[in-house]
Amino acid sequence: MSINQKTPDTYTPDPRFKIAHKEAWIGVALAIFNFIWWFGFAFGLGNRPPEEYTYTFGLPDWFFYSCVVGFILMSILVIIITKFFLTEVSLEAEPDQQKEELPKL
Amino acid sequence: MNIQVIIPLLIFLIAIFAIGFIASKQMGSGGGFLQEYFLGGRELGGFVLAMTMVATYGSASSFLGGPGTAYTVGFGWILLAMSQVVTGYFVLLILGKKFAILARKYNAITMIDFLKARYNSPSVAILSAIAIIIFLFSAMTAQWVGGARLIESLTGLQYTTALFIFAISVLVYVTIGGFRAVALTDAVQGAIMVIGTTILLIGVIIAGGGVPAIMQDLLNENPRLVTPYGGDGTLTPAYISSFWILVGVGVVGLPQMAVRAMSYKSSRAMHRALIIGTIVTGFIMLNMHLIGIFARPVLPGIDVGDKVIPLIALEVLPPWLAGIVLAAPMAAIMSTVDSLLLLVSSAVVKDVYINFIKPDAPEKRVKQISIGVTAILGIIVFLLALQPPDLLIFLNLFAFGGLEAAFIWPIVLGLYWKYGNKYGAILSMLTGIISYIAIHFYNAANGNLFGVHTVTLPIVLSLIAYIIGSLAIQRKAFRF
Repeated sequence: MSINQKTPDTYTPDPRFKIAHKEAWIGVALAIFNFIWWFGFAFGLGNRPPEEYTYTFGLPDWFFYSCVVGFILMSILVIIITKFFLTEVSLEAEPDQQKEELPKL
Repeated sequence: MNIQVIIPLLIFLIAIFAIGFIASKQMGSGGGFLQEYFLGGRELGGFVLAMTMVATYGSASSFLGGPGTAYTVGFGWILLAMSQVVTGYFVLLILGKKFAILARKYNAITMIDFLKARYNSPSVAILSAIAIIIFLFSAMTAQWVGGARLIESLTGLQYTTALFIFAISVLVYVTIGGFRAVALTDAVQGAIMVIGTTILLIGVIIAGGGVPAIMQDLLNENPRLVTPYGGDGTLTPAYISSFWILVGVGVVGLPQMAVRAMSYKSSRAMHRALIIGTIVTGFIMLNMHLIGIFARPVLPGIDVGDKVIPLIALEVLPPWLAGIVLAAPMAAIMSTVDSLLLLVSSAVVKDVYINFIKPDAPEKRVKQISIGVTAILGIIVFLLALQPPDLLIFLNLFAFGGLEAAFIWPIVLGLYWKYGNKYGAILSMLTGIISYIAIHFYNAANGNLFGVHTVTLPIVLSLIAYIIGSLAIQRKAFRF
C-alpha cells in the first residue's frame, strides 16, 4: 500500500471500495425513504383536529402509519436489501486476490 | 426497602460481573493487548455487534429521560424518538466495509487512529482527543447520575451510596475485562432491554384497561397529547425533523459508534448486525416511549420525568418482576457508561500517551497504564456525579450534539471524498465545536434559532468549513 501512495500512476483503488461506496449510497437512499415515510404520515395525517383521527389497534392513525408501520416496513426493507443487494467481501487489510497473485510474480 | 425488587437486580449485577471475569480470561488470545483491550480483537459476531451498538446507544435518556418526556409531552415525543430507527442501519451501511477495511489497513484501534492515518496530522489527533475527552465526560456524568438515581429510587438508599454501588460495579468489570467484556455484557443487557420493555408495556396496557381506554383518558385530559405536536403544541415539524439529524443520521459521527464499526469479524457479521440492530432499536424505542405515555392515565401527577419508568414498573408489576424489568434501564445505563469509559481511556492511553509521550512503551507498561487510567477516569466521573446536575437528558444530548458537530464530516468525508484533507478536518472540527457551543447558548437565551435543534446549524457550518478547508489550501487527491 505504501507503494501505491508513492507512485500515483500505478495506483488502482481497492475493488472492494466500489462495493462499499455502493452500499453507502444504499444507506443514504434508505434513510431518505425512511424520513419521507415517517415525516409524511405523521404530519400528513396528524395535521387534523384530534377529534377526526381514526384509530388502529387503539393508536391514532398518523402514529400507526408513521411509527408502527414505518418501523415494520423499514425492518423488512433492511432484510431484503441485506439478503439481495449487499456483497460479502473480506475485511482484511490486503484483499485475498492480491495475496493469491503474489506467487505468480 | 423492597427486598423482592432488589434481589433480581443483585442477581443481574452478579451475572454481569461473571461475564466480565470470563471475558478477562479470554484476553490475550492474540492480536496484542491494545487491540484486545480496546477492540476485543476485532472478533465481534453479528448478534453481539448489533446488541453492543443498541445498548451503547440506548442510554439513560432512552430508558428514563425519554419515556419520562413522552409522559409529559405525549405522542409527539414518540414520533421524535422513532427517528432513531434510522441509526440501526445507517451507521453500519455508511461506515460499513470501507471503514472496517481501512481500520485494519491502518492498524487503527481508536477512531482517532483512523483520523490520524487518514489526515496524516498530529493536530487532527490532538483536537479529536480533546473533543472526545470533554464531551464524553459530560455524557458519562449524565449516565452515572441516571444510574445512581435509579438505584436510589428502587432501594431508598442515599444518592451518594447509590452512586458508589453503581460506580464500583461498572469500574470492576470494565477495568478487568476491557472491550470484550463490555461487548458481551452489552449483548446480555440488550436482550434484557428487549424482554423488559415487552413485559412492562403489557403490564401498563393491562393496568390502563386496554389501549382504547388509555387513549380515551388521554383525549379527555388533553387532546393535544395524541397529536404529533405535543401536549403544549410546541413540537413543530421543523424541530421534530431536526431531531432526525441529532439522534438519527448524525449518530454516524459519534466515536462510540465508529469504534464498533472497526470491531466486526466479517462482512457476514456486519450484515446480521444490520438486521438485528434495526429491529431491536426500533422495537425498544417504540415500546419504551409507549410505556411512558400509557403510564400517564395509570399513574397521573408524576412531576420528575426520570422517575416515571421505575414508578410505573413498581405500580403495575409484581415486585420480583419489577426487579427483573428494572434491570433493563440499569443495563442500558451501565452499557453506555462502560463503553464511554473505555473510549475516554483509549483516547488518553492510545492517542495521547502512546502517540505523543512514549511511542515505544513496552506492552506490560501499556497494560498497567490502560487499566490504571480507566480506573482513575471512573473515579473522576464519580466525583463529578456527586453533585448531580438537574437535567439528565440535556447533558446527554449536549454531548451527542457536540461530538456529532465535531466528527461527522472528518469521518464520513474522510472516508468517501478523496479531496478531503487535514485543513478541512481541522477547520470543520473547530467550526463544529465552537458554533455548537455558541448556538447552544444563543438558543438557551432566545429560543431555537430557525426553530430547529441546536445541532442542525453546526453540522451544516462544519460541512461548509470542511469543503472550503480541503479545497482552498491544498487540493490534492488522497490515495486510500
